[in-house]
Amino acid sequence: MAEFLFWPALLAYGEAAVAYFGEARQPGRAGWAATWGVRIGWLVQTALLGVQAARADGFPWSTWAGSLNLFVWLVVGAYLIWGCRPRYRLLGLAVLPLAVVLFALARVGGGTATEGQSHYSNLFLVLHVGLVLAAFAGFTLAAGLSALYLWQERRLKRHERSILRVRAPGLAKLDAVAARTIAFALPALTLGIAVGIVRLEDHGGGYDALMAVTALTWAVYAGYLALRHFAGWRGRRAAYLVLAGFVLVVVVRLALPVTHFAS
Amino acid sequence: MSVVLVGISHHQAPVELRERAALDRERARNLAGRLAGERGEAVCLSTCNRTELYLAAESGDEAERKAEAALLALEEELGPSLYRLRDEAAALHLFRVAAGLDSMVPGEGEILGQVRAAHDLGATGPILDRLFRDALHAGKKARTETAIGESPASVSSAAAALAEQVFEELTGRSVLVIGAGEAGELAIKSLVARGAEIAFVANRTAERAEALTQRYGGAPLSLEAVADSLDRVDVVLSSTSAPDWALTRDDVERTLHARKGRPLFLIDLAVPRDLDPAIHELDGCYLYDIDDLEAVVAETLAGRRREAERAESIVAAEVERFREWQASLDVVPAIASLRARAEEIREAELERAKLSGAERRAAESVTAAVLNKLLHLPTIRMKQAAAAADGVIYADAVRHLFGLEDER
Repeated sequence: MAEFLFWPALLAYGEAAVAYFGEARQPGRAGWAATWGVRIGWLVQTALLGVQAARADGFPWSTWAGSLNLFVWLVVGAYLIWGCRPRYRLLGLAVLPLAVVLFALARVGGGTATEGQSHYSNLFLVLHVGLVLAAFAGFTLAAGLSALYLWQERRLKRHERSILRVRAPGLAKLDAVAARTIAFALPALTLGIAVGIVRLEDHGGGYDALMAVTALTWAVYAGYLALRHFAGWRGRRAAYLVLAGFVLVVVVRLALPVTHFAS
Repeated sequence: MSVVLVGISHHQAPVELRERAALDRERARNLAGRLAGERGEAVCLSTCNRTELYLAAESGDEAERKAEAALLALEEELGPSLYRLRDEAAALHLFRVAAGLDSMVPGEGEILGQVRAAHDLGATGPILDRLFRDALHAGKKARTETAIGESPASVSSAAAALAEQVFEELTGRSVLVIGAGEAGELAIKSLVARGAEIAFVANRTAERAEALTQRYGGAPLSLEAVADSLDRVDVVLSSTSAPDWALTRDDVERTLHARKGRPLFLIDLAVPRDLDPAIHELDGCYLYDIDDLEAVVAETLAGRRREAERAESIVAAEVERFREWQASLDVVPAIASLRARAEEIREAELERAKLSGAERRAAESVTAAVLNKLLHLPTIRMKQAAAAADGVIYADAVRHLFGLEDER
């Protein structure tokens, strides 16, 4: 069953990723095809996760590959909030190719199978993984929005003639939506970290480098919100800071298999 | 029935001629009614770029003469500028007009509403009603399936569209206007139409600034106070005839701290320029001068022309559908006569058979099915022949073979 659901989801995401490139070149029907590709892919992946949850003994996404599967679902789900609007379609150029690659990786690592045994059985760990992944999905979306901001800003600064042919959302809107996404994601990360620390205190165990990088990630995004609120950081500087935070998110994601999931 | 079009447009007639042939709504309605007469159909399409009369009548030549006379009665010098089209060519012309393909600016949106209004005011029957409905459908389809009408076609609308690229929505955004001349007024209109609010109008003479604020809102401002008001606005629109900078990079840079990262969009329509180009280098400041705007407009117009090629193929397909429908009208009477004759024979034979109630119901059902199956293919073939222009020959053959001549 899971086999059956993985391929159509991947195919739909792949179709959407290709269609977004088409949309960037020639706005029109490609954007429509891309939007439906994302919707269908996400619904099929939701069904896949549902099957995994139904068959699992405990938390079904406790491996690094499984968490990657859940992460892709969260990222695409967060994207769907904005991405179906015509002017935000180009955000799909950043999100969907990434989703395709990560989803395929999740499959290679066995994260889309339904027979896995869970390492996690208690609520604390489920909350820890769920909240941190949700936060990372939010940061990924914010990074996509910031990348789109920088691209759009560059076009305006260069006085590109084609700027009204391939339209992106307004700079002010991109900036505001990225900030709002981070304002939702940061509390989720804070809670996720707090739950992890409580579990660590209960069961003993030391802190590792991954935790330090995660804390640094939290500090970058918290700094972003503080600078925005108190020092009026907006625009290009703020977008670069969001992307810097995202680099740390990528590092944490890449380090997961050799730290948290190594045992 | 023939469809006839006689008209003038911006392609052949200068504005001095077109304005004399222009019709307001009431005159267009009256003229259409008069041209249609008792058995015909007529629609007058009158815009600033064209006055066209569409007629549907049994005699195309007579309809053409009537339309020509009606236009020459409006202005006798129109003669050399008139064009005359019939049937498929007339339909193609109207479909292209509705799609904005015959407009001065390809894809302009106003024409679709004007075609709809002309249809509403016209004296339409089955032919022109279908023609105008199909034309409106083709016009909408060309606009939704291509980007022919999406991009701005003037410097003023391009300036407003670019401001939207910075702010997404202009609702509630405040504008500082420097210079109260005519050049800036079109841009003001475009910005205000998108929801922007005029906050200040600065001008050398206070009277003109006040006149502009009365029309568009805002407060008059002295030119010396312009730099100090920058932290309270989102868009600056400048179009003075002064030789010096109205704003320098230093003026803007001083206000950046107070703006707290809010972007500033500056439009310089003046020649010589009013705004120091170095302002564009500042973080969060986007300055477009007249050359930049014209380059954007040129690109969007080129884009519209590229899209026009796609729109042409959509229009051609829609015209073909209309042509097939119109051609099918040639065979409709023959098909109707054939079916009526067959039904008549069936009824007569059933009467002669003197069947009981149940038997009659069964026989009716069977004979009706046989008749439908038998006539289905000839009906389809006749419609296909009509689409291929052989409809009249087929219709005559059917009438001859089945003895339907008297029912013609």
